[in-house]
This record gives sequence, structure tokens and C-alpha cells, in this order.
Amino acid sequence: MKRFVYVNDSDLTPSIYCNNRISNTKYTLFNFIPKNLWEQFSRFMNKYFLLIACLQLWPLITPVSPASTWGPLILIFAVSATKEAWDDHGRYLLDKKANERSVWVLKKGIKTRTQAQDIQVGDILWLRDQDEVPCDMVLLGTSEPGGICYVETAAMDGETDLKTRVVPPPCIGLTSDLLHKIKGVIECPQPDKDIRRFDANLRLFPPFIDNDFCSLTINNTLLQSCYLRNTEWACGVAVYTGNETKLGLSKGLPEPKLTAVDHMIDTLTGAIFVFQIVVVVILGVAGNMWRLSEGQKIWYVKYNLTSSPWYEFLVIPLRFELLCSIMIPISIKVSLDLVKSVYSKFIDWDLQMYDESTDTPAVATNTAISEDLGQVEYILTDKTGTLTENIMVFKRCCINRVCYGDATGDALTDTQLTRALQEHVPEVVKFVKVMAMCNTVVPARSGNGALSYKAQSQDEEALVQAASRLHMKLISRTGSRLELDFLGDTLHYEILDVLEFTSDRKRMSVIVRELKSRKIKMLTKGADETILSIVNPEQQCRVISEAVEHYSQVGLRTMCVAWRDLDDEEYSRWSVKFKEANSSVTDREWKVAEVCQLIETNLELLGATAIEDKLQEGVPETIRTLRKAGINFWMLTGDKQSTAIQIALSCNFVLPEPEGQLLHVQGRTQQEVQTSLERVLRTLRISSTEPKDIAFVIDGWALELALHYNKQAFEELAMLSKTAICCRVTPSQKAQLVQLVKNCDYRTLAIGDGGNDVKMIQEAHVGVGISGREGLQAARAADFSLGKFRFLERLILIHGRYSYNRTAFLSQYSVYKSLLICFIQIFFSFVSGVSGTSLFNSFSLMAYNVVYTSIPVMTVVQDKDLKEETVLQNPEILYICQAGRLINPSTFAGWFGRSLYHAAVVFLITIHVYANEKSEMEEMAMVAFSGCIWLQAFVVPLEMNAFTSVQILGIVGNLVLFYVVNFAVSMLKWGGMYTIMDRICRQPAYWLAVTLIVVMGMGPVFALKYFRFVYRPNAINVLQHYEHMTASANANPASVESPLRSFEKGSMPLSLNSPSKAELGSVYEPLLCDSPSSSLKRGGLNYSTDFIPSSPSKFTLSAYARSKNN
Amino acid sequence: MSANGASTSDSGVAIPPAKKESKKPKYSKFTQQELPACKPLLTPGWVIATFVVVGIIFIPIGAVTLLASNGVVEIVHDYENSCLPNLSRDQRITHIQNPTTNKTCQATLAVIKDMDAPIYVYYQLDNFYQNHRRYVKSRNDKQLRGDNGAANETTGCKPEATINGLPIAPCGLIAWSLFNDTYGFTDNTGNSLNVNKKGIAWKSDREDKFGKITPQNFVNNMNSSALGIEIIGGKALPENVPLDEDEDLIVWMRTAALPTFRKLYGKIETDLKKDQSLNIQIENNYNTYTFGGGKKLVLSTTSWLGGKNNFLGIAYLTVGILCMFLAFVFFLVHFRNPRPLGDPSYLSWNRKIPSAANSSH
Repeated sequence: MKRFVYVNDSDLTPSIYCNNRISNTKYTLFNFIPKNLWEQFSRFMNKYFLLIACLQLWPLITPVSPASTWGPLILIFAVSATKEAWDDHGRYLLDKKANERSVWVLKKGIKTRTQAQDIQVGDILWLRDQDEVPCDMVLLGTSEPGGICYVETAAMDGETDLKTRVVPPPCIGLTSDLLHKIKGVIECPQPDKDIRRFDANLRLFPPFIDNDFCSLTINNTLLQSCYLRNTEWACGVAVYTGNETKLGLSKGLPEPKLTAVDHMIDTLTGAIFVFQIVVVVILGVAGNMWRLSEGQKIWYVKYNLTSSPWYEFLVIPLRFELLCSIMIPISIKVSLDLVKSVYSKFIDWDLQMYDESTDTPAVATNTAISEDLGQVEYILTDKTGTLTENIMVFKRCCINRVCYGDATGDALTDTQLTRALQEHVPEVVKFVKVMAMCNTVVPARSGNGALSYKAQSQDEEALVQAASRLHMKLISRTGSRLELDFLGDTLHYEILDVLEFTSDRKRMSVIVRELKSRKIKMLTKGADETILSIVNPEQQCRVISEAVEHYSQVGLRTMCVAWRDLDDEEYSRWSVKFKEANSSVTDREWKVAEVCQLIETNLELLGATAIEDKLQEGVPETIRTLRKAGINFWMLTGDKQSTAIQIALSCNFVLPEPEGQLLHVQGRTQQEVQTSLERVLRTLRISSTEPKDIAFVIDGWALELALHYNKQAFEELAMLSKTAICCRVTPSQKAQLVQLVKNCDYRTLAIGDGGNDVKMIQEAHVGVGISGREGLQAARAADFSLGKFRFLERLILIHGRYSYNRTAFLSQYSVYKSLLICFIQIFFSFVSGVSGTSLFNSFSLMAYNVVYTSIPVMTVVQDKDLKEETVLQNPEILYICQAGRLINPSTFAGWFGRSLYHAAVVFLITIHVYANEKSEMEEMAMVAFSGCIWLQAFVVPLEMNAFTSVQILGIVGNLVLFYVVNFAVSMLKWGGMYTIMDRICRQPAYWLAVTLIVVMGMGPVFALKYFRFVYRPNAINVLQHYEHMTASANANPASVESPLRSFEKGSMPLSLNSPSKAELGSVYEPLLCDSPSSSLKRGGLNYSTDFIPSSPSKFTLSAYARSKNN
Repeated sequence: MSANGASTSDSGVAIPPAKKESKKPKYSKFTQQELPACKPLLTPGWVIATFVVVGIIFIPIGAVTLLASNGVVEIVHDYENSCLPNLSRDQRITHIQNPTTNKTCQATLAVIKDMDAPIYVYYQLDNFYQNHRRYVKSRNDKQLRGDNGAANETTGCKPEATINGLPIAPCGLIAWSLFNDTYGFTDNTGNSLNVNKKGIAWKSDREDKFGKITPQNFVNNMNSSALGIEIIGGKALPENVPLDEDEDLIVWMRTAALPTFRKLYGKIETDLKKDQSLNIQIENNYNTYTFGGGKKLVLSTTSWLGGKNNFLGIAYLTVGILCMFLAFVFFLVHFRNPRPLGDPSYLSWNRKIPSAANSSH
């Protein structure tokens, strides 16, 4: 199928194509209710609750009024639907803003300003400099001579350099007037999402010159969401519009992510569901047996055994099903959604994650997965822009055997260099001239006259900037004219040829003619190995090559600079060949390279430059802290291997020899890669016991082969090696690697800043985007976006950890409180003839779930087990979260047991205190109910750690609310509870019973907790004690010294001769045995060696020393 | 970084590009999670003190409660079997179900302690499931309130809602199975003791829950043989007395939560002396024999806690003593084996260091 676009002719273009209205919304006004309900009911839990609610409509079996389930169910649905509607409204507003942006469109031959959404396929659009392209279009004309224009495609592919787009040949040179009248047809494929392909044909209609087909490529297009740069205007025809653009097709809502805790909650809920079925079956059978044996004897119940309906045997089990349905807490989802959105708000609000320099706060786009941050085990990070600033800065240079910038580290401030320039030392001047001219940088003057440089490559921009600071200013480049300003003199040059950079040549040259002297010069810059091989063999270049060596060792990007004077004759001879090669049709690139080589010989080596891609502030420290927290780092970069390794070294990824070791997996063929892989694996297996910091390095090519042919071996490698550097990888390979680590059952976090990281960000459990210089695309696709890499530390250790702790408590508590009330009901059924009577009335049951036990526990969002400083000083504490120590089957069993015990306490005390003449249904129910509520007022604080006014208000206020509400309900004459509260509150027995319930219920729990806390402390407890001690020891809590560091100081004598201490250590193994299941999580991997770097002290100390040196 | 310092520096810089609004989050203690918090820790001192305090409070309360319970005088007379001629089980059932048999019996009770008025007379039923699901819901509160036309309101009363198509009032199993044994008391001089049956039901029930509705089509009032109904229910209700005056019914309709319960029968408003004997005439009408229930007559005085119930006292004493004991144990353990709390060398990652250092040597 082809699409025919008739340019500027709305009559011919079929109207089947959509207009340019983009829509990212999920719902419309009309389908919202059905679609949202459908989505909500696709969840198992909701189906279950709906079934229960429907069963309750059958009065024969319902133990309580249907309102007790319908109420919460409707509330929950309303809350979820409101949230969805709100989110969708947000998307709608964004779309609306984009749709109503005004653009210049040619309508009936007249340029008019219309809204972007009204653009039709075939319309001709005019764009101005800095405009965003509203739809996919084919370029027809630009303001620039030669029919070129520059676009920034960062939003699309994340590449920040300016790209050139050209007008198709038949349209070159058309003026604005002619463009108003242009007619033609474009034959293009149906819309697809491939942003690198556009295979189309253009034919212009007479009177325009060419009526042959002209083929179009992606270079003739402007795609939606790109920006027009450095071009006064551009004009094009819309070919794909609305959601059919290449960008529109490649987006699409990513799958919702579920956190590890969510999975655990699902598993545990499933377990409860099974338990509930078992209970229902047992009680149902028991109830039927009781009915058959005792039921007929109790005449006052009037069981009619002879004429009972066929389903009679089902009634009792169904009643118990309804009675036990509260075991699965209906409120858990709403509570979790609510606290999760608060967590994400805390992230949004966090001032310490606000980047002042770019005015970017941290943003949690995905509000549902904060607790997964606390469980991250692998971080896969991009390099450029993520670890580095993506700001290239010229740092040092070596000219004519003199190295500048050694002392201060910055050549630009080196007085020696400036003096050399003032004195016009020829080599130095030549060197700086090359820096300023040998590039494709375009200087641009902004409105206030300030000069700025637009460059395709950051390195070139850095060099030109540096040259201008060295008084060699590139003032203008128009066509082939080039102007320099050197110490006030203006130098004019004519650019004769540009010998472009290719990855094979690894160098570029510019041939210029100085207009004053008419002399021709060739300026060359390039990678050291290529330049050194083409310099004049008589020249001594040992000093420079040593300098290059030295620079690259300290993590600088190096380049060599060379110069050659040409005489006119030689040049013109060569020029002919060059033009010939350039116009050849076949093998052009190779032929051009061949010709270039002819002239790029016998160069005069001027020196070497060193450019620094500055690491972002705090990156090495952040990585060190997070590695201490047991997180493994993989670097996935499109950059070349040597740079990647240098960056890795400088930001604590790997330690230099001998503490660290880099293993290379390389090879060009399958066989080579396999051998290399096996060799690396062997080394890793041997050295896995040594406290050595080992990383493997692999490039994209070898990775492709390894993933294709040796997937298993590579997976083993991924499991064994905690650090990896993958260079020259494509976006989809990044995503593949994330997938690989995910498949090994690790929690992954991917962090990146560019469009090339989007895939991996979406693939990982948690995606973090740096809203950096490479546009906002990564940040938009990510679950969290940050201004700087260093905020990751806070995001994980503070927000992730607290969120995990809070969710772990909240979710297990929700199950506990539901089980508690359900167990009481079950106990009661044993004294009510197993007939399924509910002890509590419907109102109490509903209020219990929705209000009394939800409000206090929500205040957990302010709870902090440890101070932030303590966590940051002891990042190792994160292992408790990573290993899932706080919510797993064994902790859950603890909560289960507690609910059973508490239910027994409440029930037994109530029936014994309210026995004989006090045994009245409503009163007794209220006593038991009060007992439960009072218990909650103690269970919640016992599990919390720090009490702010919010928590105290929540807990105390809830109790007050309980009495206020129940007194109010007791005033209703027609209610079952009429006067009940008045009566029982006057009875001393009530207060004595409630007190007894609390003390009996909490005493053992309290004692057990104390015992574990003091005699079997886990790491959190130890640090809590430590905090407590330091806080009381010195009144100023800010000066808490890290226990880790204080321990390091005193560790040496202790480690050498203190066997008693070591014995103590083994006896008081902290709660590693807390959860036997957590060690099973890794499927046999010895986890205890996994979450702690095998030699933390060495690693820490040396890494610390290194970072100081840097 | 102090937030104040940051904001001032921000405003200092922000003047030239003032048009752009800063996205900087606003500072507040809540949003930064910096609310002042108190962090109580389970330190030995606090925990031991808590247990001691609980113990000190609980033991006296237990003692007082136990004393109060012991001060209550209670006479229990089980007449389930003694108030029947010596019959087999089946014969007993036919005996009790036959409306024509004589069911009265006599008994003499000794008063073991002085009992001050008012003395509460209870009947106790054992193994009687007033809380059975079918039973407990088989009533209609609207009908009982007796609003206009409420007599016809019988929803939820099944299987005792209508008879021959006519609505029953009061409907439902509870009313139908109203307890119908009666007790008469005479002292040893032969004077009959008055049992006050007024004010035995809850005031709120009398006034608001039950209304001026008289019984109609009430099964127990009919001649059961004429209806062809096999089993009889409980007490018949006088046709002309509105339900809110029938306190026996009101008491009975307050369903008990447990299968063993006592319900107030009346109050004796004269003191009984020690060693006085008390003659009771029981009319044993109620059928507890089919389901093996128990019937007891209970005379009891009351205390601030209610009737005789040792549970609270014993529980409080036990819990108090246990708390003291736990406090003592914790104290001993702490004294014998004081733990240097908060020693970072207990952290697993710190302990790894010596072992690693040793192994490398």
C-alpha cells in the first residue's frame, strides 16, 4: 500500500487521512465509565470482591448487610476511577496545548496562521527558527543557500548534535513565492515507526522544472517533535499527521510496572485466598454436620429437614464465604495507592533533589513504584550526559614539546601559553588556528551580540571555545568564507575543501587559503594513532605521544593536531582528483578516502589537545555509596571503549590495577567471542573468592555475537560479574541487557538521559531519566526524572528505602487487621452453632476496614526507622530492603500469628467478662470491637519508629473518632446499636475488659520485640541504638560520626587479636536468619556474599582516597 | 543545606530572568519529611519500667475486682431434671410437649449468706443458641415498634411470619419461642415473696424499641391441636397487653450472644437473711429436653461490676504477676549480660572486615 500525497492540493488528496490532532488520552468522555470499569474488573481482586458483593444481595446467606461490601467497593472504584480520570485529564491538557499551537499553513494559496491540529496531509507549512515540527513533513524549501536546514532531533533519538536536512533536488532554489504555487505528488509508504527510513518519490507538476520522479530519503524530511535550528525558515509538505507520525506510532503507553512488593503482596493474598477457601470448606462441612445432628433438635430454629431446597447444603458454606471474605482486605489497594502517591509527592517535593543550576526538581512520573527503588540490585547506566556533564571542556595541550596546563590542570589559565601567544610563537599560533578552523562549527550571533557556536560535535565546540579564549576567535563562517579575530587583527580565509571525518579515517582536514597571503594550508586533527602515522617522519614526536598517553590515563579525550603548507600546484593537481572522487557514483566514500590520503601526508605535528568531559558533580561518591549499598553497576554506552574505560575508572566503577581487574570479551567472529568469553569466565570463577574488583568489558559487536550464540555463558558471566562496561551498544542492545539481568531475577534500575536510553528505561523495573542536555525524552519515558546523577543516591537510599519499609508495614498490617476481625468471627461461629452468624454489625465491619484501621496506619508515610544521615553513612543497610527482609512469607507468618493470637485474646476475654446475665449480642460485639480498636492503637505505634505530630494525631484522633462515631450511631433509635455505647461506657467491666485485652494482647508482642531488639538485633536495630546513643551523648545530633568509619579506625588491633569479639560476632548473628526464605530467593545462589562487596573496607578506603585525589 | 539560605540566594539570582517561574519545590517541614519526631527506643530501662508499672497497677485492680465478685451472693438451682417425674428421655419430651400435664414442682433453697435487696431473679438456659443465624434474625423491629400498619410487617420473620396467610405479631422465631417457665417464692413462714417484674427490661427498649402493638395471630395463643401444629412454641402473650408492657418478651428479645445465658426474670425487693430457707414453686413448661439444654434458677445480688464473675479478678492478678515476673527476668538478664547497645561492630558488613583481614594474612 502506498500513500499519495498531493502537494498543496486539498481536492486531490483523499480525506481519509487523519488530521494532525494528536491524542495520548486513554478515554473519551463517553467511553470512560464502561472502559474504566472493564479495566478495573480485569483485576482478579476486583472480580472477587464483586462476586462477594453480589452474593451478599442474597438475603438467605448474607451474614451482614450488603452495604458492608458495596460501600467500600464503590468507594474503591470511585477512587481509582477518579485517579485515572485525573491522569487522563492531564494528558488531555498536554495534547491540547500541542494541538492548539499555531503554525503557518498555506491554505488556498495564502499563508495563514492555524492551529497545529488543523493541518491536513498535503498542506504546506512554514516553520521559523526554533520552531517545533508539528507533523512529519517533506522539506521543500529553506532560507539557506543550497537548500539545507538544521534540525535538532533530540526529542526523537536523543542525539543533540544538529543534523542537516536537504531540500530534494527539484525544489532547490525555489523562492518563497514559487513555493506558494508548488504542486506535485509524493508517493510514500504507509505510516511506520522507523525513524531512519523514508523511501518515497516526489514528482512536481508543471510548470515546475522536473517532471521525473525524484527519490526521497529520511534526509529530505522533518519529523514531528524535532526543532528547526540555525535556519531562518523552512517550508515543507505534511505527509504523516496526528497519531500517524513516526513519533506517534512509536510511542504508546508502556506496560504498567509492578513492584517486587506488589508481587509479594499478590502472592500473600493468594495464600490467604487459599487459606480462606480451606476455612470455608471446613466450617461449611462442620456447619452442615451440626445442622443435621443438632439442628433438628433445636426446635426453636424450626429447621425443616424434609422440604428443604436442594441448595440447602450450600447455604452454610456460602455464608462462611461471605463472613470470611473480609480476610482479604478490600482496602489494601486504595491504601497502597494513596500512600504511594504520597511517596511520589515526597520525591517531587524534595529540595535536596532539586537541581538549582537547571531549575529541575525531581519528578516521580510513575507514582506506583517508589518502593522498588529500595530493592534495586543492578543499576544500568548510560555514560554521556548521565555520568558526565556532557559538557566538553578543553583542558590541556602539548605544543612543540611543551605541555601546558600541568600545574593548574587547565591550559587556558596557563600564563606560559598566553605569553607564548602574545609573543606569536609560530607553532603555538598555528596550533590555535587549527583549533579554531579545523571544524564545521558555525558561529551565530544572538540578539544581544553575544557569539555562540553551533557544532555537530561537542569536541569541536570545546576546541573552538578554547581557541576563542586564547584570543583566536572564530567570528563568522558564511559559505566558503571564514573570519578569525586574533588579538584584534581580523584574518580572512577561504575554505577550499573539507576532508570529512569518518570513523575509518579517524581524522578530518580543512584546506584553506589565507586571503592576505594567498597561501594554501591544510589543517588536520584526529585520533593520535592516525595522525602520528602520517606526520613527517623526520619529526620527533616522542614527547607528544607521551603526553597523549598521559592525558588518556587521567581520563581526557585526546586529539592530535597537525598542519601542512601546500603549494598551489600541488593543490590544484590534487583538487581535480578530489572532485572526481567526490562525484563518483560507486564506492564514493572509499574513493574519497583514498584521495584524501594522497594529500594528508608529511604533516607537521603541532601538538595534542586534551578535552575533558567533566564528570557530573558527586558521581564517584554516589557510585561508591551505592556500591557499598550492594548495588552492582553496569555501564552501557554508545561511546568507544577507551573513553568508557577511562570514565569507569574515574567514577569508581572499577579500581585500577592491582585492586581492580578488567577482563575483555572481544572478537570479530563467533568463535573468537566464544573463546574469549570462556577465558573470562574461567578467570572469574577462579577469582570469585578473592576480594578483587573485577569487571568485564565488551563491545557491541561481541555482545551481539555473545547474545546470539553463547547466551548461557554470557548469562553466567552477568551473574558472576558485578560490574560491566558495555561500549558501542545500540539502544536495543541496552534494552536486551536490561532484559538479561532481569531474567536473572534481579531488580534493575536503568538510568539515562537521551532518546537512545528510552528503550532500556522502559524495559527496566525502574527507569530513571536525567533531564539533561540531550532533551527531555528519557525523562518523559522514565518513572523518575532527576536533574543530576548524584540525586540517585538520595532517591534510592532515602526515598526508595523509606517507601519499601512503609509499604511493607502497611500491606502486612492491612492483612493483619482483616484477619483479626475475621478470626473473631470464626471463633464466634463455634459458639453460635456453626451457623454463620456475624458477631459484628454491618456498620462496624465497614467502618473498621475503611476508617478505624486505615487512618492511623496511613500516617506511616511520615515514619522513619533511621535518620537520613544514618542511612547515607551506612548504605549497607539497604541490603535489608534488597533481600526483601521486611515483607516475605516469614514476616507475614508473624503477622498471621499475631492476628490469631489477638483474635483469641479479644474473643476469650470478651466472652468471659460478658458472660451470663451480660451476654447480650450488641453489647458483647461492641466490647470485642472496642478491644480490636484499642489493640490497633498500640500495634500501630509499636511498629512505627518515629512519632511526628501527624502520627500522634492519626492514632489518638482515630480513637476519639471511634467513640464519637459510635456514640452518634448509638443515638439512632432505629439502629441496632441504640443506646449501646451509653450503656457499656458506664460499665466498669467494659473498661476493665478493654484494658485487659490491650495488656494481654500487647504484652507478649512487646516483650518479644524487646528481646529481639536487644538480644537479636538486626542491622537496623543496631543503628537505631547507635543513633540513640549519639543523640543522647552529644546534644548536637548533626555531628553523628559514622559508626562504620569509627569502626574502621579501631578495627586493626581488633581484627588481629581479639578472638573473644569474633566469637561474640558469630553468636550474635543479626537477623540474617530472620527469613529463611529470603536466601532461597536467588535460587541457590549464596546470597550472603552477594549483597556485600566482598572486601568493603579495602574498597571503601582506596576508593575514598581515589576520589579525593580526583 | 539550610533551606533559608538556599531561598535567599535563589531570590538574589532570580531578579534578571524574573519572568521564568522557578520550579523549585516549596519548603515545609512536612514536604521535606523533617517534622520533629520523637523516637522512643525499646531500651531495657524503659521496658522493665513499663512492665513493673503495669504489674503495680494490675495487681490491686485484680484484688479489688475479685473482692467485689466474691461479695456477690448467688444461689443457683438446677431444675432441669429435678422438676420432672422420673421418666426416660423420650417420655420427658412428650411430657413437656403435652399441654395438659401438670408441670409444677416445689423446691427449697437455703440462703447461705445475707442477701440485700434488690435480689435479682434470673433464669439460666444452657446450650440454647439464641445466636443461631436463623434465630437471631427472625424478627421485625419495625413491627415491634408498632408504627402505623406495622402489624403486617413481617419481613425477615420466616419461618414464623404468617399463619394461614395472616401476619403474625410479634412475628419471628424469637418471640414464638418465648421462655414460659414461672417461679413463685415463699419464705419459711409461708408468706409469699413478691417478685417485681416491672423495670426488668432496658428502658430504651421499653420506650423506643417496642410500641403499642398488641399480639395478633400469635401462634402460642392458639389452640395448637386445632391448628394441627405438632410442636408448641413458648409463652402465650395476653391479647390485650401492648408489647412495650410485656417486659418478659422484651428481655427475651435481647438475644444472648452465647449459648449459656441468664435473663432477668424479676426482682425480689426484700432482704434475705442468712440460713433462711426459701420455697420455690416452679412451673416447668419450657422444652429444653429435645436438645439437651439446661435450666437453672438463679438468685443473685449485684456489685459495681455486676453479677458474680471471678474472671476479671483472676485475669488481672495473673497478668499483673506475669508482668512483674517478666520485668524481673528482663532485669536479671540485663544485669547479668549487659549488652553494649548500638555497637556498630554488630553490623554484619563491619564484622566481615576482620575475617577478611585474617584470611588474607
